[in-house]
Amino acid sequence: MKQARFEQQYRPLWDSLEQQLDQLEALRVSRKKRLPLDRFVADYRQLCHQLALARERTYSLELQQYLNNLVLRAHRQLYRYNPPLADRIGVFFASGFPAAVRRQWKWHLVSALSFVLSIALAWILVQQQPEMIYTVVDEAMLSDLELMYQPADSAGGDIHAGREGEDDVLMFGFYIKNNIGIAFRTFAGGLLLGVGAIFVMLFNGSFFGAIAGHLINTGGHEAFFTFVIAHGAPELTAIVLAGGAGLRLGWSIIAPGQWSRLDALRLAARDALPTMYGVFALLLLAAFIEAFWSPRDFDATLKYSVGAACWALLYLYLFFGGRQRGAGKG
Amino acid sequence: MLIDERFEVETPEGAMLSLSLAGPVTRAMAYGIDLTLRLLIFAILAFVLSLLGKMGIGLLLIIGFALEWFYPTLFEALRHGQTPGKKAMGIAVVHANGSPLSFNGSLIRNLLRTADAFPLFYLLGFITTLISPRYQRLGDMAANTLVVHIEKTETSRKQHNGPTNPPDWPLSSQDQLALLAFHERQDQFSEARQQELAQLAFPELSPPQALQRLRSVTRYLIEGAQ
Repeated sequence: MKQARFEQQYRPLWDSLEQQLDQLEALRVSRKKRLPLDRFVADYRQLCHQLALARERTYSLELQQYLNNLVLRAHRQLYRYNPPLADRIGVFFASGFPAAVRRQWKWHLVSALSFVLSIALAWILVQQQPEMIYTVVDEAMLSDLELMYQPADSAGGDIHAGREGEDDVLMFGFYIKNNIGIAFRTFAGGLLLGVGAIFVMLFNGSFFGAIAGHLINTGGHEAFFTFVIAHGAPELTAIVLAGGAGLRLGWSIIAPGQWSRLDALRLAARDALPTMYGVFALLLLAAFIEAFWSPRDFDATLKYSVGAACWALLYLYLFFGGRQRGAGKG
Repeated sequence: MLIDERFEVETPEGAMLSLSLAGPVTRAMAYGIDLTLRLLIFAILAFVLSLLGKMGIGLLLIIGFALEWFYPTLFEALRHGQTPGKKAMGIAVVHANGSPLSFNGSLIRNLLRTADAFPLFYLLGFITTLISPRYQRLGDMAANTLVVHIEKTETSRKQHNGPTNPPDWPLSSQDQLALLAFHERQDQFSEARQQELAQLAFPELSPPQALQRLRSVTRYLIEGAQ
């Protein structure tokens, strides 16, 4: 068959496929304009056949290219995967997230250890030698910190006393931008052979440890700990989990095992992604607590109890959430 | 159509799809457009929200965060792998098997952007793109995605009038492709260049005659004998 006849014969099919594709690719189509799509799959198969024919018969490159692009568009629509979102989110938080964390507990343990040990080291150093704090923070920032967490009985009063609802929203935005950004960068940094992730853990750990040690020295520790204890549970945990997920990525490149490095990286990224969804949710929660609960002036006992409850609930969830009863280990 | 850098994928229907990979320069330009757009949105919102005082700044920080991290993911996941910048440059992200980009795939490649941007100006991403045979940056490798050109081509519906003449030599499929390509692209050349090309096929004829002859042969290939 000559090309002109071929085009003439199948042109109506191609035109109708193009219309169906336009509709499928649009985000929304008004009811009146909707075309029936029950012929789509059959039409697509025919189109594949015609592309093969056009190549076999060496019809012009332009026609081949046109058919190829049409097949490509139809292929993208046919193999699109869009399951209902709400169900998946429910299942994810009920079982997917804690299970994903437990599956990679080794990486999260390494990440947690590097974080906790650097906190401990910096804390002890600063408590032993108070001037060590200046290696971590400069003077201006230090005086801000001391003002923020000065002992409650001192003359300056409480920094949070004059806080209004507006400040809460401002800080909420700040915590979201800052903390979630850090967590995402930690994850990505893990890709650089794990170095980026470990660096963030050590840096943030020693920063936190040094400030805690310093505030104990200056007597501001109660203001500090009542502030951080509640949101610290989701926030610090999330940063550790992001670090663990990042390490998993880095290690897949260093020691891919039986896979090629590229395949190992793909598998690692697929494994680590659920953890990152969870990290995102935990940090949203942390920002919410940090902005709207932590700065409230309540009795220290109350704040410590709520904080302890946050830690306990979170870790019960991570350790036991989504385990099947009687399923045994794993 | 671009001749270089084609990547072949077989669909389950057995058709071979040929994807045309997008290089670093096109992608950088798409990124530049997106960046400008994001900055513009941010600047406009900053102006409006600054009227709301501290609450406005808080909202602005959240929006800034979303623009930085979720702008590419949302567009790619909802708009067939195309951010506005990619759309303007005619490129799109697809999975390596040619299937449309999933939300997870888009999220992986965009979360890992930071690693590609290391240490400055996407240097690491640029280097990996050049090394990779499929022009993938690190995020693309982890998500197993490709950035490809999306071509919108129309078959020309030119009128083919004139005499037709069968070729006077046994035609190989390579010959046929070359002749058809000439037929489709001849308008892009000057008359003199067309004649020059036609003389490659018919060196024994004078240039205008050779061109006339060549046109009649290509017409025969498309329409058959009349």
